[in-house]
Amino acid sequence: MLRFLLQRLLVMIPVFFGVTLVAFGFIRALPGDPVEVLAGERGVSPERHAELTAQLGFDKPLWQQYLSYVGDVLQGDLGVSLVTNRPVLEEFMELFPATAELALCAIIFAIIVGLPIGLIAAIRRGSLLDQGMMSLSLVGYSMPIFWWGLLLIILFSNTLNLTPVSGRMSFLFEVEPVTGFMLIDSLLSDEEGAFASAVHHLVLPAVVLGTIPLAVIARQTRSAMLEVLGEDYVRTARAKGLSPWRIVAIHALRNAMITVVTVIGLQVAVLLAGAILTETIFGWPGIGKWIIFSVFSRDYFAVQGGLLLIALCVMTVNLVVDLLYGLINPRILHQRS
Amino acid sequence: MSLLEIRNLVVEFATAHGVFRAVDGVNLELAKGDIVAVVGESGSGKSVAMLALMGLLPWTANISADVMRFDGQDMLAMSNAQRRQIIGKDISMIFQEPMTSLNPCFTVGYQITEVLRQHLGGRRRSHQARAIELLQQVGIPAPESRLRAYPHQLSGGMCQRVMIAMMIACQPKLLIADEPTTALDVTIQAQILDLLVDLQRQHGMALVLITHDMAVVAETADKVLVQYAGQQVEQKPVAELFSQPGHPYTHALLNALPERSSSRLLEAIPGVVPGQLDRPTGCLFNPRCQSAQALCRTAEPPRQDGVLCHFPRVGDDTASTQAVIEEGASV
Repeated sequence: MLRFLLQRLLVMIPVFFGVTLVAFGFIRALPGDPVEVLAGERGVSPERHAELTAQLGFDKPLWQQYLSYVGDVLQGDLGVSLVTNRPVLEEFMELFPATAELALCAIIFAIIVGLPIGLIAAIRRGSLLDQGMMSLSLVGYSMPIFWWGLLLIILFSNTLNLTPVSGRMSFLFEVEPVTGFMLIDSLLSDEEGAFASAVHHLVLPAVVLGTIPLAVIARQTRSAMLEVLGEDYVRTARAKGLSPWRIVAIHALRNAMITVVTVIGLQVAVLLAGAILTETIFGWPGIGKWIIFSVFSRDYFAVQGGLLLIALCVMTVNLVVDLLYGLINPRILHQRS
Repeated sequence: MSLLEIRNLVVEFATAHGVFRAVDGVNLELAKGDIVAVVGESGSGKSVAMLALMGLLPWTANISADVMRFDGQDMLAMSNAQRRQIIGKDISMIFQEPMTSLNPCFTVGYQITEVLRQHLGGRRRSHQARAIELLQQVGIPAPESRLRAYPHQLSGGMCQRVMIAMMIACQPKLLIADEPTTALDVTIQAQILDLLVDLQRQHGMALVLITHDMAVVAETADKVLVQYAGQQVEQKPVAELFSQPGHPYTHALLNALPERSSSRLLEAIPGVVPGQLDRPTGCLFNPRCQSAQALCRTAEPPRQDGVLCHFPRVGDDTASTQAVIEEGASV
């Protein structure tokens, strides 16, 4: 197990360098000059422009810039935002809990709804229920996030007046940030109604962000279950006289979970990508919105650092998923050792 | 009173090309402690007939029979919940592929005690002890430590022993073994068969043995049921079947045995079992039958003396039977 963990960590090293390269190259490939964006509409004199460019190190050859960037990163220094003049890591850590809260709620929503849908569809294969749910999930999967988000805002916020349009918390409440998770912080604070307000703000974005993962989880659970239900050991379980519930929930599901956990792990990347759109639509102050802002303002260091940290999150989740395999299916654990 | 009585069992599957009759008129009567062998090529509906009894066929299967009684209970009329009280307890079944028939995610101990919990209820501690006892009975060394093993840590033969332990856990009155040795090494095959027969004797349970292996039939069974294309073509006590095969198909099966081969080339039955779309008219065996006549191609054969044939064979093959029985005994 330890050896496996070390192996996986070793594999992460080239991936890490790949990500730094992509993050570094990507933002520089975009047209635009960070110094000019910084200066704004008033513009800047050529002398001042050259001075600032040199100060930020943008006058050096690209490979030198890259090496000094990687060198800084290895020392834990992600640089300072050009716009806010604050360390990128600090900004990221401040905004990350908002995104994490949103993504976590979205994936929980996707699992709680998607997994049973997939299960029922597999058990009732070919039925109207199955066909209906699978068609719906295809619609959910194909729905562009921004469009879906706007539709829900129109329905629930505008027409029905049930949910707020944007933000994490009503302005009426002042909640002390302790964990950064509004749901927890609002419970910790003495403000009455703050928790309800946090939930209100969270529901719609979480549903929007969770829709695609939900559809994917439902479909993959269904196909994994269908495969497993045809296996010999399921027939054995039936021959033992076990109840259908036990056969599905214990014997089949445990085997299907390998696929489902993989899918859930992969959806984390989708969630973080989707968070960029969702946060923009719902004015959610998380890293998605922050990255968009940083790209628009050509904040090289913020974009590089942000992308790197997001990639780290995804890699960590994938590592956790790999470790989970061993818990679900002992055969995999034994093959490793 | 017989333990199991099946009369005119028919199993049909609704398919895209219409209804396919996988089992067509199978009869079986078993007393307590009987060993019956069901033989026939792949695709003869041997397994399907037994799976129908167990209620393990998919919902696309349509099962009907004049009589299907087990131990005084009507298996056709009962609900699924009632059937689940019986299968795994009074009737149990082991399968062809031991490696895939055990759930890879659970320990051997869990899978055995699960059966005990399901049918007997009661305390966990006593189940654990019973599981160890069962593993001992099926000849697994160091049973205490094997309880914590996962199926992938065991060999095919060991897995089949675990399957047997699991299926005899509640001391069934009837054990159905569906080609229990086909997937195993030849040396292990004999061990598993011996084990099954030993257990059958010890517990006095009835045994239905689905097999391809005529030597196994000769050695173990009391009665033989020959199936072809879903139809039961012949049913006889084992000695009689070997000495006086009535159906040309039985005769051809016996002739295909290496022990009976008189020339250097082994005899084979040309062609394959007809599927859904290539069913002949008249007798289903007529395209492959060496003694088929015009009548066989047009009219369905009657059942004469338990043999489904227009022209059942008469005569005696005793000499070669002896060879088979001896061969079987030495395996």
